[in-house]
Amino acid sequence: MSNVAIRNLSIQLGGNTVIESLDLDVKAGEFVVLLGPSGCGKSTLLHSIAGLIDSSGGQIEISGEDMTWADPKDRGIALVFQSYALYPTMNVERNMSFGLRINGTPKHEIGRRVARAADMLQLGPLLKRKPASLSGGQRQRVAIGRAIVREAEVMLFDEPLSNLDTKLRTELRRELKQLHRQLGATMIYVTHDQVEAMTLAQRIAVMKAGVVQQFDTPENIYNRPANLFVASFLGSPGMNLFRGWLEERAGRIEFRNEHLCLDVMHYPFKLPVSPGQQCVLGVRPECIETGRGDGSDKLLYAHVSLVEAMGAHRVLWMDFFGTQIAGIVQDQQSVEVDHPVAFTIRTQRISLFDADTEQRL
Amino acid sequence: MTTPAIARPRRLQLVAYFALLPMAATALFAYLGTIFWSARISFSGSRTFPSYDFVGLAQYVRLFDNERWLLSLQNVFVYGALFIVATLVIGFLLAVFIDQKVMAEGMLRTVFLYPYAMSFVATGLIWQWILNPELGIQNVLHKLGFAGARFDWIVDQDMVIYTLVIATVWQASGLVMALLLSGLRGIDEEIWKAARIDGIPRWRVYVSIVLPMLGPSLSTAFVLLFVMVVKAYDAVVAMTQGGPGTASEVPAKFIMDYLFNRANVGLASAASMVLLATVLAIAAPLYFVRSRAARSGRES
Amino acid sequence: MLPLTEETDEAPRASADGVRSAAVSDTANGVRAAPVGTPLAVSALRSARSPARRSLAWTPARLGVYGFLLTAALFFLLPLYVMLVTSLKPMEEIHLGTLFALPLHATFEPWRQAWQSACTGLECNGIRAGFWNSVAIVVPSTVLSILVGAVNGYALSFWRPRGAGLLFGILMLGAFIPAQVMIYPLVRALAFIHLFSSLPGIVLIHTVFGMPVMTLLFRNYYASLPMELFKAARIDGGGFWRIFVELMLPMSTPVIVVAAIMQITGIWNDFLLGLVFADADHLPMTVQLNNIINTTTGERLYNVNMAATILTSMVPLTLYFISGRWFVRGIASGAVKG
Repeated sequence: MSNVAIRNLSIQLGGNTVIESLDLDVKAGEFVVLLGPSGCGKSTLLHSIAGLIDSSGGQIEISGEDMTWADPKDRGIALVFQSYALYPTMNVERNMSFGLRINGTPKHEIGRRVARAADMLQLGPLLKRKPASLSGGQRQRVAIGRAIVREAEVMLFDEPLSNLDTKLRTELRRELKQLHRQLGATMIYVTHDQVEAMTLAQRIAVMKAGVVQQFDTPENIYNRPANLFVASFLGSPGMNLFRGWLEERAGRIEFRNEHLCLDVMHYPFKLPVSPGQQCVLGVRPECIETGRGDGSDKLLYAHVSLVEAMGAHRVLWMDFFGTQIAGIVQDQQSVEVDHPVAFTIRTQRISLFDADTEQRL
Repeated sequence: MTTPAIARPRRLQLVAYFALLPMAATALFAYLGTIFWSARISFSGSRTFPSYDFVGLAQYVRLFDNERWLLSLQNVFVYGALFIVATLVIGFLLAVFIDQKVMAEGMLRTVFLYPYAMSFVATGLIWQWILNPELGIQNVLHKLGFAGARFDWIVDQDMVIYTLVIATVWQASGLVMALLLSGLRGIDEEIWKAARIDGIPRWRVYVSIVLPMLGPSLSTAFVLLFVMVVKAYDAVVAMTQGGPGTASEVPAKFIMDYLFNRANVGLASAASMVLLATVLAIAAPLYFVRSRAARSGRES
Repeated sequence: MLPLTEETDEAPRASADGVRSAAVSDTANGVRAAPVGTPLAVSALRSARSPARRSLAWTPARLGVYGFLLTAALFFLLPLYVMLVTSLKPMEEIHLGTLFALPLHATFEPWRQAWQSACTGLECNGIRAGFWNSVAIVVPSTVLSILVGAVNGYALSFWRPRGAGLLFGILMLGAFIPAQVMIYPLVRALAFIHLFSSLPGIVLIHTVFGMPVMTLLFRNYYASLPMELFKAARIDGGGFWRIFVELMLPMSTPVIVVAAIMQITGIWNDFLLGLVFADADHLPMTVQLNNIINTTTGERLYNVNMAATILTSMVPLTLYFISGRWFVRGIASGAVKG
C-alpha cells in the first residue's frame, strides 16, 4: 500500500490562491479525514491529489513517486464522488467494469474483481439493475464498488455520505470503516461532518482557508486542539470559551477574569507565558460539573436558561454573567429553568489559548 | 402530492371549466372536428365544393395513381432521410465541439442558431439566390477558373431536391445543436471526472456514455425534424415552387395545390389523411413514450 | 408549433445556457476564491465553467476543434453575408455575377425600392404595407395566444378539473397534425362565421394553432411553482380569476417573456396560414416577400429581392439577437416554431 506525501503544494483557481504551501504526510494504509467548513479547500486538495486539478507549485508523491503531473488514471487512485457519478445508461455491473474493460483487463480478472466488490458491498442482487432504479444508499455502494474494482492503493472520498439521510449515513459509515480494515488501502476522506471525521479517521487534518490547522488523532484534536478554530469546530455543543488573563499568585498560575478564578498550575503549557497575558479558556461542556461537587474545586454559580433533553443526557444552557455556557448533565439531577445552579470546572482537560494568536498555550 | 387536496366547491369547478372553454373548443372542433371532417370528405367525391356522397376508397386509389403524388412521396422520403440525418449529425458535432470549452462560445452559438430565427420563406429565397446558375455559386466557380464547373442543381430535375436539403439543413442544424447542447450540459460534471479517473479516452466517453445519455434529447430532435419534413411547404414554395416542373414537389404542397388551385377537395383530403397517418404512426408514439418515460423517471 | 416534452421547463439545475449543477463542496469549477487567509466563498451554484480552470494546451485535437467550428461558422454566416452584400449593390454589379464580392458602389437604393416601390402582385407599393400587416397580425395573436395559454396552463396545473387531462392530451396531439388536414375545414368554418379572409380571422387561427405549445409552456411553468402558494391563496379566500390575476400572472414574467419570443418569431415567420386566412389588405410580410420575388415578370431585381428579404427577417432576427438566452430557453422547454 502507498503513502501519500504532499510537499509545499499551492493551488490557484480563477486567479485566486486557494491553497498555499501545504504539507501533508499520509502513512501507508492510514485513514485520514480532511475536515473543515465549506470553502476551506479540502475538496480542492482531494481533487488535486486525484489529478483533476493542476497545482501551481509543490509536489504530490504517491508511494515515493512524483505524481504531480501524472494523469488521474496513472496515479493508482480511485475516487468516490458525492453525487456518485454513476453512468446512467449502464447497469451496475457495467458501471463497475467499464473502466477495466477500456484498459484491457482480461475478462476473468474483471469478473473476479467485480464479484469481490459485489460481495463486500452486498451488491449481488443489484448487478443487473440501472442506477435510476436504485436507492441513494445502493447507488453510493455502487460508486464505492467502482472504486474498489480498480484495486487502487489510495482511495479518495469526496463527502460521499452527504446526500444520504442520517440513518443510512450511520450504517454506511460503519461499512466504510470495515471496508478499510478489509482492504487495508490508504484512504483520504473529505467531510464537513465532525461525527464522520471522529468515528472514521485514524488522523484528522482540520482545514481552514486552505491551511491545515492541526493534523492529529481524533482524541488529540478533541482534547488538545491546537488553536481556537479547531477547538470551536469540534464538539457539539461547542467548547465554552472564557476570556481572561493569567496571573501568578503565591507561586501558582491562575486564570482570571472578573467572574472566575481558576488554578491552572497543572496545565501542560507548551509555550512560554507571562503574567497578565490575555488568553482564552476553553472548557468542554462535559467538563462542567453541576452540583455541589466534592468541595475541592471552587464553586461557581450560573442561571439556567434552557434544558435540552437528548435522551442519554441533557444539555444545560446557563447564563454566566452574560455569557451562555453549556454543560452536560448525565444523572438524574433536578435542574430547573430560570433557577440558579452551582457548578465546578474540572481542570484536567481544559485548554488555554493566547488571545491574540489564538494558538494553544 | 403529500399534502391533501383542498375540496373544491362545485361553483369553482364550473369557473375552471368555463375558463377552459377555448381549449375544449379548440381540441374538439379545431382538432378532432377537422380531422373527422377531412376524413369524411376524403371518402366523398368532392371537387370544388364539399359534397357528402360516399365513394369509398376511390379518392385514395386515384391518389396513388397520381404521378405527381407518387413523385412528391418519393421526394419527401429522400429529402426527409437526408435532412434528418444531416441535421442530427451536424447538430451533434456542433454541440460536442462547442462543449469543449472553446473561446467565444456564446458568439459561436449565436452564429449557429440565428438561421432558425428566420422564416422558411427567407431561407428558401436566400438559397435560391445563392444557387442561381447564372449569377450564383456556379458563376463564382467559373470566374475562379473552373470553367466547366456545374452547380446548377436548382434547375436540374434530378438534383433540385438536394438544394432543398442544403437550405433547410443550414436552417435547422442550429436547433439540433441547441437541443443537444442543453442535453450535454445536463450531464453531471462528476461523470466526466469519474471517466477520467477510470482512464477512459474522451472520444470513448462521448460514444459509450454521453450519446446514450442524450437519448431523450436525440429523440426530441428527431420528432421535431420529422414533423418539419412532413410540413415542408414554405421553403419549397419560396425556393423552387415545386420545380423545375414538378421535380421538387412535396406532399404538403401537393395538398395545397389541389385544395385551392386545382379545386379537388376530395383528393386533397385523402392526401392529407395519408400525411396525418404517417405523422401519427411515427412521431406521436415516440413523443408519448418519451414523455411517459420522463414522467415515470421523475416519480421514481 | 410543436410541443416537445411534458417535463417541466428546464431541469432545475441545467439549461441550455450552460448553468451547471450545484456541488455542495467547493470543487474547481465554481470556487470564487478570496485571498488566502479569508474564508472562501462557495459560489459553485451558478457559475459557468470557469475558463481559468485548466489552461488547455494547443494540441492538434484542439486545433481541429477550432478548425471545424470556424469552417462551420463561415458556412452559417455565408448566406447572411451574401444577402447583405447583394442588397447593397446596384444592378450593374449584380450582373457581374460576383456573388461574394463587396459592393464597389454601395447603395441603399434597393432597400428604398423594396420598402416603397416593389411590386407585390398588382400593387407596387413595396413591402412596407406587409410590415405593418405583420405587426397588426402578430401583436393581437401573441397577446391572445399567451393569454389563452396562461389560463389553460393555470387551470390544468392547479385546478385539474375532471376530463381536462384528456382534453390536454388531444390538444397535444393537435400539434402533430399537419396544417393541411385542418386548413380546408377551418376555411369553411371561418367562412361560416364571416371571419374568413379577415384580420380577426387570421388572429383566431394563430391562437388556435399556437394553443398546444403555449398551454404546455405555461402548464410546465406553473407545475414548477409550489402548490402551497396556491393553497394559501385559496385559504385566504381567493377564487379562480382572482388567484390567476393577482398571484399567478405577476409571477409569470419569465415564462411570458419566453412565450412572447416564441410566438412573435413563429407568427411573424409564418407563411402558410397568412397565405390562406389573411385577406388581401392584411397579407403578412412573408407572403408579400414571396410575391415580390417569385411572381414578378420582367427583370428580376435581385438586389431589391435581397433587401426585401432582409427587411422581412429583421424583426425576428433582432429579437433573436437581443433575447439570446431566452430564445434558447424557449427551445429547450419545447416551444419551437414550425
